[in-house]
Amino acid sequence: MNRIKLAFENKKAFIPFITCGDPDIETTEQIIIEAEKNGADLIELGIPFSDPTAEGPVIQGANLRALQGGITTDKVFDMVKRLRETVKVPLVIMTYANVVFSYDADRFMAKCADCGIDGVILPDLPYEEKEEFAPTARKHGVALIPLIAPTSHDRIAMIAREAQGFIYIVSSLGVTGIRSEIKTDIGAIVQVVRENTDTPCAVGFGISTPEQAKKMADLSDGAIVGSAVIKIMAEHGKDSPKYVGEYVRKMKDGIMA
Amino acid sequence: MSEKKGRFGIHGGQYIPETLMNAVIELEKAYEFYKHDKQFNDELTELLNEYANRPSNLYYAEKLSRELGGAKIYLKREDLNHTGSHKINNVLGQALLAKKMGKTRLIAETGAGQHGVATATAAALMNMECVVFMGEEDTKRQALNVYRMKLLGADVIPVKSGTATLKDAVSETMREWTSRIADTHYCLGSVMGPHPFPTIVRDFQAVISRESRAQILEKEGRLPDAVIACVGGGSNAIGSFYHYIKDDGVKLIGCEAAGRGIDTFETAATVNTGRLGIFHGMKSYFCQDEYGQIAPVYSISAGLDYPGIGPEHAYLHDTGRAEYVPVTDDEAVNAFEYLSRTEGIIPAIESAHAVAYAMKLAPKMDKDKIIIITISGRGDKDCAAIARYRGVDIHE
Repeated sequence: MNRIKLAFENKKAFIPFITCGDPDIETTEQIIIEAEKNGADLIELGIPFSDPTAEGPVIQGANLRALQGGITTDKVFDMVKRLRETVKVPLVIMTYANVVFSYDADRFMAKCADCGIDGVILPDLPYEEKEEFAPTARKHGVALIPLIAPTSHDRIAMIAREAQGFIYIVSSLGVTGIRSEIKTDIGAIVQVVRENTDTPCAVGFGISTPEQAKKMADLSDGAIVGSAVIKIMAEHGKDSPKYVGEYVRKMKDGIMA
Repeated sequence: MSEKKGRFGIHGGQYIPETLMNAVIELEKAYEFYKHDKQFNDELTELLNEYANRPSNLYYAEKLSRELGGAKIYLKREDLNHTGSHKINNVLGQALLAKKMGKTRLIAETGAGQHGVATATAAALMNMECVVFMGEEDTKRQALNVYRMKLLGADVIPVKSGTATLKDAVSETMREWTSRIADTHYCLGSVMGPHPFPTIVRDFQAVISRESRAQILEKEGRLPDAVIACVGGGSNAIGSFYHYIKDDGVKLIGCEAAGRGIDTFETAATVNTGRLGIFHGMKSYFCQDEYGQIAPVYSISAGLDYPGIGPEHAYLHDTGRAEYVPVTDDEAVNAFEYLSRTEGIIPAIESAHAVAYAMKLAPKMDKDKIIIITISGRGDKDCAAIARYRGVDIHE
């Protein structure tokens, strides 16, 4: 730690999200390699959950396929450990509180540190409940990455002040999924964030085109893309690493344009 | 009882997306204000009494008691409420609260359809929009209730994700709420989910034990020896228990849906087969696998077919104040038929789980002992499904 810093050092970050084990762990491994090669600055690895309440239909589908394919938390850790011999890009896990809790939070965070996971994002762990995992995450040097939503208003400062790693700004109301337009005043949210912390912030939810990514990254420190990547994986299955790589390149170029 | 805001022992909390945090904080503030507001309470009491037909009878089931040959059995008749179940108690409270908060739209999950019907009813009465999310599997099991909700002016959205039952309906309603908060109140149907829902729903359902306590004191001059209710999320059970919690002599017994048995995978008995976890906004007990994936649960009862239990029940289990027992499909169906024949009361298949346990317990108790069973709902909605269970197709 802290590799996460590197993702934002003197540049706008492009952050793809991948559901691990969709369609299988070998493909996930190749996708991570391709994403890094093509300019991903940080990669979010989703450990599937049976009931992902923050996800739209696209990522719900990926969770389902991956679980049916037999993915488990341990298989994700084993894969990351293997990959870490070559992959240098910061990696963070995105999953749900119960996945961490049931594994035993301390054991989970220790495993993260051991295999080279830099942070954890839990969409069902708001500020009020972060002490559930924060002490053990801190102990193992794993950043517990907070989220800020369009409805956060008076909560932004409080969340930003205690943020670690980076801040995930949720661009829109609702669940994950591609949107034609992002209406939230991201600039106003980022301004409050900046007033309260030096921790970088990136925008996710709804982004799919290079133009959207550039706009969001210009307003903040980076753009996060999930559903659009998952759609490529759903379409191409085992052949998707190449296509995800091309997409990552296109998006990264867009952000740097 | 709770050590910390929104906690019942270690259970409860607010494990929800940041997007919803201000919504639950706003709800909590509004509830804290209106629960002490005289006008709000007067309006709610009038709705409960004049519209929902409260107080509900505490009926001495003499024939049932005699046939079972043990304790005196009283039935708390929530099945006689308007809309046919205890769900209306909570819904009228939440709808009135939502209205005071300036909300114009109610969304709700439903399993058996009882809560969906109650919500659609309150929305019709109070001129609010209503959207009910129901697992696709349940829309088939409870087709009549789907029709009733539509008749009442609600939109019913069949949920196809996951196991297409109650837990998926809850997930989908939460997703809907994150996409539209300003004008929308999530009218949660059980004592579950993030704080303040378990407390709000419990308070609105506590009318059951407030009444039954006064009624039994009037009829028998003493408190009951046991109070029995079925438990899915646990709203009728917590309502039935609440005003007896401090009375140590009153045994509190929650009947969980064991489905085909707690030694099978086809069960929904959370306390008996689950373990501690975090899901649907709360820390509590859940049926789950070793990696925390929520288990696909099963029960003949769509209303008890849920992999978790409300956090206050988890706490009552931890402290030993309440006992949670498993009741199988078979036992529940037998009780459904038995109560119909014996007392001329067709209970909801959910409530039949409580009757089934009472049928085992009452004969072991002395004749001077008293049991109250909460009949949480009426069984009309279940007739087609029970007929099917017995191999009869009655083409509803």
